[in-house]
Amino acid sequence: MLGKLDWSAIPFDQPIPLIAGGVVLIGILAVLIWVVVKGHLPYLWHEWITSVDHKRIGVMYILLASVMLLRGGSDAIMMRIQQAIAYQSQGYLPPEHYNQIFSAHGTIMIFFVAMPFVIGLMNLVVPLQLGVRDVAFPTLNSVGFWLTATGALLVNLSLVIGEFARTGWLAFPPLSELSYSPGVGVDYYAWSLQISGVGTLVAGINLVTTVLKLRTKGMNYLRMPMFCWTTLASNLLIVAAFPILTATLAMLLLDRYLGFHFFTNEAGGNIMMFMNLIWAWGHPEVYILVLPAFGIFSEVVSTFSGKALFGYRSMVLATMAICLIAFMVWLHHFFTMGAGPDVNAIFGIASMVIAVPTGVKIYNWLFTMYGGRIRFATPMLWAVGFMVTFIIGGLTGVLVAVPPADFMLHNSMFLVAHFHNVIIGGVLFGAFAGFEYWFPKAFGFRLDERWGKLAFWFTFVGFYITFVPLYVAGMLGMTRRLQHYDVAEWRPWMIVAAIGMAVLSVGVICQILQLVVSIRNREALRDRTGDPWDGRSLEWATSSPPPVFNFAFHPDVRGEDAYWDMKIAAQQQSLEHEVPEYHDIEMPRNSPTGFVCAFFATIMGFALIWHIWWMVILGGIGAFATFVVFAWRDHDEYVIPAAEVAAIDRVNLEERRNLVSMAGAI
Amino acid sequence: MSMTATVGRAHADPHHIGVIVEHPGPASKRIVTAYGFWVFLLSDIVMFSCFFAAYAVLVSQTADGPKGSEIFEQRNVAIETVCLLLSSFTCGMASIAADVRNRLWFYLGMAVTCVLGLIFLAIEFREFADLVSRGYGPSRSAFLSAFFSLVGCHGLHVSAGVLWLLTMMAQVFAKGFRADVLRRMMCFALFWHALDIIWVGVFSVVYLLGSGV
Ligand code: HEM
Ligand SMILES: [Cu+2]
Repeated sequence: MLGKLDWSAIPFDQPIPLIAGGVVLIGILAVLIWVVVKGHLPYLWHEWITSVDHKRIGVMYILLASVMLLRGGSDAIMMRIQQAIAYQSQGYLPPEHYNQIFSAHGTIMIFFVAMPFVIGLMNLVVPLQLGVRDVAFPTLNSVGFWLTATGALLVNLSLVIGEFARTGWLAFPPLSELSYSPGVGVDYYAWSLQISGVGTLVAGINLVTTVLKLRTKGMNYLRMPMFCWTTLASNLLIVAAFPILTATLAMLLLDRYLGFHFFTNEAGGNIMMFMNLIWAWGHPEVYILVLPAFGIFSEVVSTFSGKALFGYRSMVLATMAICLIAFMVWLHHFFTMGAGPDVNAIFGIASMVIAVPTGVKIYNWLFTMYGGRIRFATPMLWAVGFMVTFIIGGLTGVLVAVPPADFMLHNSMFLVAHFHNVIIGGVLFGAFAGFEYWFPKAFGFRLDERWGKLAFWFTFVGFYITFVPLYVAGMLGMTRRLQHYDVAEWRPWMIVAAIGMAVLSVGVICQILQLVVSIRNREALRDRTGDPWDGRSLEWATSSPPPVFNFAFHPDVRGEDAYWDMKIAAQQQSLEHEVPEYHDIEMPRNSPTGFVCAFFATIMGFALIWHIWWMVILGGIGAFATFVVFAWRDHDEYVIPAAEVAAIDRVNLEERRNLVSMAGAI
Repeated sequence: MSMTATVGRAHADPHHIGVIVEHPGPASKRIVTAYGFWVFLLSDIVMFSCFFAAYAVLVSQTADGPKGSEIFEQRNVAIETVCLLLSSFTCGMASIAADVRNRLWFYLGMAVTCVLGLIFLAIEFREFADLVSRGYGPSRSAFLSAFFSLVGCHGLHVSAGVLWLLTMMAQVFAKGFRADVLRRMMCFALFWHALDIIWVGVFSVVYLLGSGV
């Protein structure tokens, strides 16, 4: 009846996950009760859960990512403490628990922090920058988000019901095969990635179509903001790479569930095939994450230098070059596995080639700043911090792309330091920069600068104190994933790293405080003009937060830096205008499809993990029924009458006119 | 400041040399839908290529079990292929009928497509059941794992297609040829034709090449 599920699935003997899970559970329950009692449920349901507005969905993605960042961060803290005290002792974590923690940490950080964060920002911003009303497929967008949330939910469920994988975030066979991992850990891993992977694919298709087909009048390809370009590149990679992950995990699951032999040791299975497949997805994945960050930095650097982006066209070219090369270097992840020197040499060189377009980008940012009027607001701090950090990460990356060096450094702490260098210094800094930069656009008030700067400095310094020691430990021969060790030279470095983690945590706390303080002072921080940073692209042309329809008219774009040009033109021409003629606007209706679909997907995923077959069938029927009901709807749009559009737009225009006339007076 | 009041500044962009084609604005819903669906189909084809690749890697890993030439029946595969190719034709007929709003031909085309698809599935199912009953199931060898997965994945797609097809017929019955129904019909037709193309790959790589070894 309940498949493999029984009381032994609850880890009563392990206090840490149980207490952590219990606290979280109580927290969630408390929030739910508060929401229901206070009567916020209808608001949440109508305005957020069923919303198909790309801005709302973007915000929900970012919220999910932030919550999961705290979860993944707690795992990181636990690991750092363990390695600091586990010198000639067992530490405080039993080995199999430690293995679950680093697996969950990696999985969560990549799939449920970095991915939703960048997808959220792209969702929030790209339609605004393109000057359109929504993404190509709004309801699908909501489905994508909720499926991602399902994946995150399943991973967290594994804390209290059953266990998580102990295989690392890529679940290499044969360790992940049934004979070596008979528990449900790998199943949790595989099904949550399978479900959220579908969500990611949906988001990818949506954004590719949006950028290619939904640009406002005059928005030629070579007038798109850089962030739109990197979004395009990143989502093309999603569309091309995520099906590989789906197929690979499907094969692994077939091995585990039905006794197939794709990757087993017996009956002709081939483990190297898994390596090839997973890295053919995994390497592009790194660029899926970092390309949008590059786009954010481009926007931030040009805005806060008060200059157009230097070398726009070379930037576009570099972006697309990275997009292409990202698919050709996956083999550098297993130089040490006996492919032979020739193959290794080719992939080694290809890997280094990717440094060229990346270098082009760095120079372009530097030249954008050169001679500009630079303002060091918080987003700009993150951008500059990124440039310093990423150069170090990039250099060590070129180092590990040299096959002989990789034979030394493979699976060492040096590698761990390298990829955190690029992932934190690149993706996470980019996400924070974007968060600070676009927050006023999303919510209509700015974030507190003082706390923001504190958060930056603690994070930045903490980051170096945490990860530089890992480079050193790697050089001293420390391998990754050690639960305990006996080498005295490593110990001081592990202790320093733990201290760094503490500093980093202060940064995170500052970030939370920044949010709290800003929400409290939101009236003082209100952004009435919609253009708090003196921005250059179209998202700043509408009010903050934008109305559901984003723009009362499709803007007409006449050059790069669309909004900057408009501002200049408005200052040169007289500020008087004929009253524009407003029209009715049709917008997509809210739909619970995404939420309901994810509900059934959660049931199905849980049932599959625990082999509860009747429940699987129930979930499947439910999901199909949801789609049929959705397909049966008669009215998928509603009309915002011209008068209402006019009323909303006039307020915006008034504020903007004040802004322009003030700027003109200076 | 009206957003449209920027006419007459076409020279503001320093990169404009000579005449450039101005982007006309967002595409129509029909184009956006078709475009997005194409992108999805491409990603689906990427997924299939992984199974193709796995098959190519594992094809000789028979673990002393049967080889392809010992289990493939050319006659069945030929019938399957004819069914699927024909169904692509009838699906095309149904699409045309939908475009000219002819219900009778639409139902007829879809019904024949459905029957052909079901025949295809029945033959495939029999092939699989037969193999399993002889002890040549997917867990017998890596080769058979790859074979069952690749062909089965295609079969699953066809099954989903049949479900979708029935839903489309019901939709036309209940709602008529409304614009959104027509858009869905277009996607369905793309999907069905794509399955055909993938089958040609399966047919060549698995059955034709496979019976040689
Ligand atoms: C905030 C500070 C962070 C610290 C202190 C930290 C610490 C660690 C540690 C100790 C490991 C295990 C290394 C080992 O012994 O093998 C690890 C692995 C990993 N981390 Fe982090 N991490 C942090 C943030 C992040 C972020 C933001 C990401 C991604 C966005 C990330 C992605 C990964 C991945 C993919 C692994 C590999 C997991 C595996 O071995 O399977 N980490 N991290
Ligand atoms: Cu790589």
